[in-house]
Amino acid sequence: MQAFTQHTGIVAPLDRPNVDTDAIIPKQFLKSIKRSVFGPNAFDDWRYLDEGGPEIDNDSRRINPDFVLNQSPFDKSTILLARENFGCGSSREHAVWALDDFGFRAVIAPSFADIFYNNSFKNGLLPIALDTDVVDDLFNRVAAKPGLEVSIDLEAQTVSCEGEKIADFVIDEFRKHCMLNGLDDIGLTLQHADEIKAYEEQRKQSAPWLF
Amino acid sequence: MSNAKTLYDKLWDDHVVRTEKDGTALLYIDRHLVHEVTSPQAFEGLRIAGRQPWRISSIVAVPDHNVPTTDRSVGITDPVAKLQVETLDANCKEYGLTEFDMSDIRQGIVHVIGPEQGATLPGMTVVCGDSHTSTHGAFGALAFGIGTSEVEHVLATQCLMQNKSMNMLVSVDGQVAKGVTAKDIVLAIIGEIGTAGGTGYAIEFGGDAIRALSIEGRMTVCNMAIEAGARAGMVAVDDTTIDYVKGRPYAPSGEMLEKAEAYWRTLHSDDGARFDKVVHIDAASIKPQVTWGTSPEMVVAIDDVVPDPDDVEDSVKADGMRKALAYMGLEAGTPIKAIAVDKVFIGSCTNSRIEDLRAAAQIAEGKKVADNVKLAMVVPGSGLVKQQAEEEGLDKIFIDAGFEWREPGCSMCLAMNADRLESGERCASTSNRNFEGRQGQGGRTHLVSPAIAAASAINGHFADVTQ
Repeated sequence: MQAFTQHTGIVAPLDRPNVDTDAIIPKQFLKSIKRSVFGPNAFDDWRYLDEGGPEIDNDSRRINPDFVLNQSPFDKSTILLARENFGCGSSREHAVWALDDFGFRAVIAPSFADIFYNNSFKNGLLPIALDTDVVDDLFNRVAAKPGLEVSIDLEAQTVSCEGEKIADFVIDEFRKHCMLNGLDDIGLTLQHADEIKAYEEQRKQSAPWLF
Repeated sequence: MSNAKTLYDKLWDDHVVRTEKDGTALLYIDRHLVHEVTSPQAFEGLRIAGRQPWRISSIVAVPDHNVPTTDRSVGITDPVAKLQVETLDANCKEYGLTEFDMSDIRQGIVHVIGPEQGATLPGMTVVCGDSHTSTHGAFGALAFGIGTSEVEHVLATQCLMQNKSMNMLVSVDGQVAKGVTAKDIVLAIIGEIGTAGGTGYAIEFGGDAIRALSIEGRMTVCNMAIEAGARAGMVAVDDTTIDYVKGRPYAPSGEMLEKAEAYWRTLHSDDGARFDKVVHIDAASIKPQVTWGTSPEMVVAIDDVVPDPDDVEDSVKADGMRKALAYMGLEAGTPIKAIAVDKVFIGSCTNSRIEDLRAAAQIAEGKKVADNVKLAMVVPGSGLVKQQAEEEGLDKIFIDAGFEWREPGCSMCLAMNADRLESGERCASTSNRNFEGRQGQGGRTHLVSPAIAAASAINGHFADVTQ
């Protein structure tokens, strides 16, 4: 997993609540057995005017000029600004892979759906939950100044904009540690293999029907 | 301090292997259900790292999302989907995993076949790379959906790093009226608490109306806990649970069953257990539900009208409603029953079990699908559900009424296979998500119970069954 320490980038405003993972990456792309190449199809139904699919060349498709990520400078954005309950719906990690492959390093929203939030950390995409007021303010700032850059400092747990800190954010200590160091979760867990085996032995006694 | 625990607390505590300083726990997983869409990258990761599955006996795999619901003998025609299903077959073969492949009578939707086989048992932790894993909570199990990285994590370690959720009790008090089903109950709950109402919580569904449900009805309710924002939904164990489990192929028997049953009987929230949030819903007030928008919380009773965004103060919410109305091609104030449907889908992990099919067949019996309905299809949840329905003659009722009777799979719930809506088509669907494009790009989904779906197919527009 790629580590996340600090990041500064352009903010793209996606001004709708309850953006679901079906919208982030529509189902026809889930047929792939690979992890990469989902970026060109992130938000596919909104991004293109015609229907796409895994075997359709995106370069030949009609772009929706009204969609924010098709507009300059947002096509170069690396931070997505969204509304509440971002990433709701299906557990598909392809949604995170698509955002990551598009170039996003962080998503800022008032709240996230649990599974999406969890999946993000496994891929070095930082989900930052901020108060609705702060998110509203950021939407206003971006509207006033398209191309506005925001800086995120994971170590300090701060979000800054135009040289001033605009918010602190909360993150679990363990997740932060893994993200800062780009640690492989599985490797970490396997360090406790003996404890897992001991648990299994104890469960074989107390709940033998499970084995 | 009281030692009283919630059901969730008990399930959690029984599966903690170790806890980090910040409270992050390593949680042991008893049952890992696997399907073709969210597993190939996990197996690939395992292979690259040179790791082996930790406990292959915990795994049950089945292809469901991509499988065709028409004649199976021709195989999968979509080459990309075919490769994905073949990849699952190959991975299961390579690692020696139990798989019910496309030719197996036990094949079906992963959340239908787990319980059907007794692979889902009370007190288990059950995970699957699918958000509707919450379904299995109906058995008093801790069941939740995971992403592909977590699928790989469970394959490699039999554990997951988890942060404990908060406890929520949704108590549906009293009795529902005749004709009001589990689907209506859960849609009413989502309408009440919202699609983010359960975010950060594990929801226990309780109250007389939940206790009165069959295990299949409880599965329908827990299935849609995720649509209320909660990764896990659950119902306490009682006779209904144990009677269902007994005798199933993967369930314990004899002395082992006695031992298990003694433990299972403890799987309920203790008197005095503390919930972080409690929601009470009056069962008698619940009417058959129909969603009108593009989020499951956009739901009203069937005798109601499409709501008006101008009546809503919150500007973000009102704007969301306007976008939804535009997408759905609906005008505020339109009576729900006046809305005509183009297609009807009866199926999905929410509503494809035998009781669902019986409820729909009861409405369809001796009637005909309306002329304006282009397609009405019934997709059983598994090969065994299909077989049972055919033994009961339900297939004949549906076919005589003009419904198509299909092979089991996820089908038009998410339209990964050929079953989908064309742009602008309106569907009465017994599935769980009415998101934009969910059933096909530009398709318009209304979530309903099987009975309402059948009645809507017969009438050509949304129709009540309680009158």
